[in-house]
Amino acid sequence: MEKKPFVRIAKRENASYLSAWLIRLLAFVLALILGGIVFMCAGANPISAYKTIIEGSLGKAHRIRQTVKVAIPLLGTAVALAPCFRMKYWNCGAEGQITMGAVGASFFAIYFGAKWPSVLLLPIMGLAGIVFGALWSLLPAIFKARWGTNETLFTLMLNYIAIGIVAWLQGGPWEGMPGSQIIPTFKESAVLPSVLGVHCGWIMVLILMFFMYFYLNFTKHGYEVAVLGESENTARYAGMKVRTIILRTALLSGAISGLVGFMVCSGTDQTLFANVANGVGFTAITIAWLSQLNPFAMLIISMMLAILSKGSSALQSSLSVPASVSGIMTGILLMTLLGCEFFINYRLIFNFKKEVL
Amino acid sequence: METVHAVEFRGITKRFGDVIANNNVNLYLDRGVVMSLLGENGSGKTTLMNMLSGIYYPDEGQILIDGKPVTIRSPKDAYSYGIGMIHQHFKLVEVFTAAENIVLGLETEGRLDRKQINRKVSEIASKYGFDIDPAKKIHDMSVSEKQTVEIIKVLYRGADILILDEPTAVLTPQETAKLFDVIRAMKADGKAIIIITHKLNEVKEISDVVAIMRKGEHIATAHTNSVSETDMTEMMVGRKVELSIRREEPVNIKPRLTVANLTCRNSEGIKKLSNVGFVAYGGEILGVAGIAGSGQKELLEAIAGLRRIESGSIIYSPEGRTTMDLVGMSPTDIKDAGVALAFVPEDRLGMGLVGSMGMTDNMLLRNWNAKKGLVIDKSESKKMAESIFTELEVVAPSIDYPVRKLSGGNVQKVLVGREIASSPSVFMSAYAVRGLDINTSYIIYELMAKQKDRGCAVIYVGEDLDVLLSLCDRIMVLCDGKVNAIVDARVTTKEEIGLLMTSHDKKESQ
Amino acid sequence: MGFNFIGLIKAAVANGTPLLFGTSGEILTQKSGNMNLGVEGLMYMGGAFGLCGAYVYSQIAGDSASGAIAIIISIISAFASGALGALLFSFLTVSLRANQNVSGLALTIFGTGVGQFVGELMRVKVGGYVSVPNALKNAFVGPVFPELFRNIPILGELLFSYCIFVYLGIFIVICMWYFLNKTKKGLYLRAVGENPSTADAAGISVTKYRYLATCIGGGISAIGGMIYIMTISGCVWNHTALSGEGWIAVALVIFCFWKPLNSLWGSLLFGVLLVLYLRLPLPFIPTQIYKIVPYIATVLVLIFVSMKQKKDNQPPAGLGLNYFREER
Repeated sequence: MEKKPFVRIAKRENASYLSAWLIRLLAFVLALILGGIVFMCAGANPISAYKTIIEGSLGKAHRIRQTVKVAIPLLGTAVALAPCFRMKYWNCGAEGQITMGAVGASFFAIYFGAKWPSVLLLPIMGLAGIVFGALWSLLPAIFKARWGTNETLFTLMLNYIAIGIVAWLQGGPWEGMPGSQIIPTFKESAVLPSVLGVHCGWIMVLILMFFMYFYLNFTKHGYEVAVLGESENTARYAGMKVRTIILRTALLSGAISGLVGFMVCSGTDQTLFANVANGVGFTAITIAWLSQLNPFAMLIISMMLAILSKGSSALQSSLSVPASVSGIMTGILLMTLLGCEFFINYRLIFNFKKEVL
Repeated sequence: METVHAVEFRGITKRFGDVIANNNVNLYLDRGVVMSLLGENGSGKTTLMNMLSGIYYPDEGQILIDGKPVTIRSPKDAYSYGIGMIHQHFKLVEVFTAAENIVLGLETEGRLDRKQINRKVSEIASKYGFDIDPAKKIHDMSVSEKQTVEIIKVLYRGADILILDEPTAVLTPQETAKLFDVIRAMKADGKAIIIITHKLNEVKEISDVVAIMRKGEHIATAHTNSVSETDMTEMMVGRKVELSIRREEPVNIKPRLTVANLTCRNSEGIKKLSNVGFVAYGGEILGVAGIAGSGQKELLEAIAGLRRIESGSIIYSPEGRTTMDLVGMSPTDIKDAGVALAFVPEDRLGMGLVGSMGMTDNMLLRNWNAKKGLVIDKSESKKMAESIFTELEVVAPSIDYPVRKLSGGNVQKVLVGREIASSPSVFMSAYAVRGLDINTSYIIYELMAKQKDRGCAVIYVGEDLDVLLSLCDRIMVLCDGKVNAIVDARVTTKEEIGLLMTSHDKKESQ
Repeated sequence: MGFNFIGLIKAAVANGTPLLFGTSGEILTQKSGNMNLGVEGLMYMGGAFGLCGAYVYSQIAGDSASGAIAIIISIISAFASGALGALLFSFLTVSLRANQNVSGLALTIFGTGVGQFVGELMRVKVGGYVSVPNALKNAFVGPVFPELFRNIPILGELLFSYCIFVYLGIFIVICMWYFLNKTKKGLYLRAVGENPSTADAAGISVTKYRYLATCIGGGISAIGGMIYIMTISGCVWNHTALSGEGWIAVALVIFCFWKPLNSLWGSLLFGVLLVLYLRLPLPFIPTQIYKIVPYIATVLVLIFVSMKQKKDNQPPAGLGLNYFREER
């Protein structure tokens, strides 16, 4: 009796758009099913849990606004990371860049909040956020460009350092009431105005989204980044200044993250605290990757994860499922979507029937 | 009654996506016989052998060993049937010693007794006349030493069916002769041996039978002494081909590139070029020969401005203008200075092209920065891509199809086409025909000959000495980063170049 | 000067032990060519499930609970959770060929989520802080060597005063060193990490070795998280304290040049850095700033390693690259 391998793998040349999206949809459904199991483990009915998530995030106008508020930094940061990832520069430091951006913005909010009018203060806060975020991102890029220092871990460590710095500010120089470990709420003039009930950061991130689409696809910089991401040798061969490109891209990425930091502290929190970035930097990495660096796809995935996150807080209050379930759900969703790309790029061939010789 | 063969393929078919690599191949081989598997690049020779050695699994068909149908799902299965393959790209772990590589995967249990293994390796080496230090690390070895390790690895596993994939591609003529002695010794030992090759003279020299493949199909098997080289070529290519490379007498040559005392180190600080000096003339082809890693790559990259130069000069003498030194200039500087330098690097998809991009975006690599402003202009590139697409008959679904997915020949057409499009005054290429089919190879030779006609200085780094001898006007032989000699290609011989490639003290005696 | 050197070393060893497990587990993983950046998540999972295991056992066994059994249960549940997390990672990267960096980050998000979730869920179900009885707590942190050894002056304190996990960690690291360098399977594992296609051609199953090394390595890393929760944070779920441990462990792998024995002193050094702010308070440095010293040190280590590249200190050549035999 002849034995044959039961299953073989072969590369798929061109999967049609339809089948690709069908596979992604299936992965999404699988994630929902797996998530359902998690809910059952926590003693909640999966159907009512999902209902709670949807209602808690989209059920009423003010809930939608809350959800959008969560989506803003996710989208903004994913957009920020796009050029880095196109360049295969693993910037895992958006968390820290957001935090430092918020520090820069908060500095002006705290010291000049009472003195300057909004029209002056807010642009300066935004600018400070951009500068702080950019510089924080430049540091690892310098070492990457010069010595090839591992940027993944460097940027990660800078996250903890940034958070530590805020923790110190919170309990030290910027502390409000002595012993409170809290920085006082910003003055009215340092708070981003609302448009349609949500701070105007949403307009900024939408603009950034279009900007990034244009930047990556229609500019020389975008081309340089794409070539460098594919191969450093090719970039040098084409006469590109590799170090400059690395530094410039890291700067741009950090600047946008820093601006997001400004939006979060000025628009959402209206104060500064150590957890200002709240994991956005990490989640955005996977958003950027899953959207295959397409800024418009980032919008959709950011909204999806925002719904999940906002809905999970509703779960905690109504079904007493810990809100951290959103972390699990996000993880599951990311993993299924990551894994499903395999079925788009490869074919499985099963040997069910005997082949005729 | 059928005779029982050592190996027999019956109706083997293998596809990669939409490409049929092997189509209904029927072939057999007996013990004590050396068979050449002859075919162009991309004709499916290696794929067929990979199925015998368990790297691939056939879609259809049956392999028989000693008359019995077998299933070879992995290299381990292959070894259990006594099949061993020496791959063209050596399968060795660089940081391990020779002995560690040889025992890799043999037994899974127990301690690693290095002394005992070293002893056993030395025994086999002395039996077949190999010279090897079992405790030497692979990354300290020369190419031919690495090949020796590969062969011992296969023998150590008791293989009696040996497959060698283009074993002579990286060897000097002298090393080749030594290898052939070993192959004859193994044949006398009763082993069945398959040599994958596309070199006709070697087929004649070493093998008893020759099997010819074309476009994935087995065309014919014949006794080597009963077929002529012309017949073999015809079967290989499918039609009559004129296998001669056009070489005109150089006319009106002028020094174009004068390199003197060039010294370069690689990123680890090891000297890759020392005191290299030569003149490349406009209107001639200068060949560069040498065993792999003798500094060929570094030389071209240094001229192209991609490598930091420790000392020396590269004087460029353009027609009707003053000369300039290219040392210290970046590729952009060189271009801005008006030097039309074309460079076809060895690593086509890792340096010359961007694999994931289409032809248009790859044309852009040479002129992305041509215009001022932030926005990129692709119109020129698109025109260029279209003209190369039609003129060089690139086979691709469209000009936006990722070049990585094209066949090797078409990739090279895109690359060479782009480099020639700039009307270069210096044209450098490294291993320009590696992995290409005969037809495309001759197209590339002709393109280079045309550049020479134009008065361009052509520098051609090659590995096939026969081609170097018939294409070039002069040949510079590099050894260990030094110029051993520059010889006239019309009078020298393969053997002379082979000796120059390995003899380290030649220069001193001059 | 109230500086107590022996006290510092003791505290450093205690704080370095979770790192020792985290790092050595990741070394095993990376030796196979799999770059699992999910250690942070694995350590969270190990911490939560280790605590959960000990807690459930203490509830069931009541007063008759034995410390040894609690430790074994904790180790098993932490290892199992880590191995499962690593299994997910292996499935994604080895079988489905997903990008290793991103899969690792996804595992971190998932693992920290699971750890948090389990930690909080226990709290919600019990209605308050989850902790284990003091007797069991002592089993986790108490010294294993008898008085006799501990009473040897200086040496007793320095060598024999630690909890079981310190010695277990040293034992694991030595076993790993022996395995990687002195056994055939270890050689094959390294071959898989260096050059998978060569290993494959030699008949070594790349898939099997990568799966096994990643799962066992992940399990060992997860035990590190459990040790942190059960010893340093006093058998109470504390996600803020655990945060960052996993990343330091990954950075330590580079610092140790992928050599298991180096992780002994590497984790000791970082143990010192982690407790320095408590043991050697400097008036001019605020505590919060002092606390980030280990991260700054990690950055310096990364820079130092990248500036001084040597042939023998290189990562496995196949690290981070997925392998597909029929790739063309």
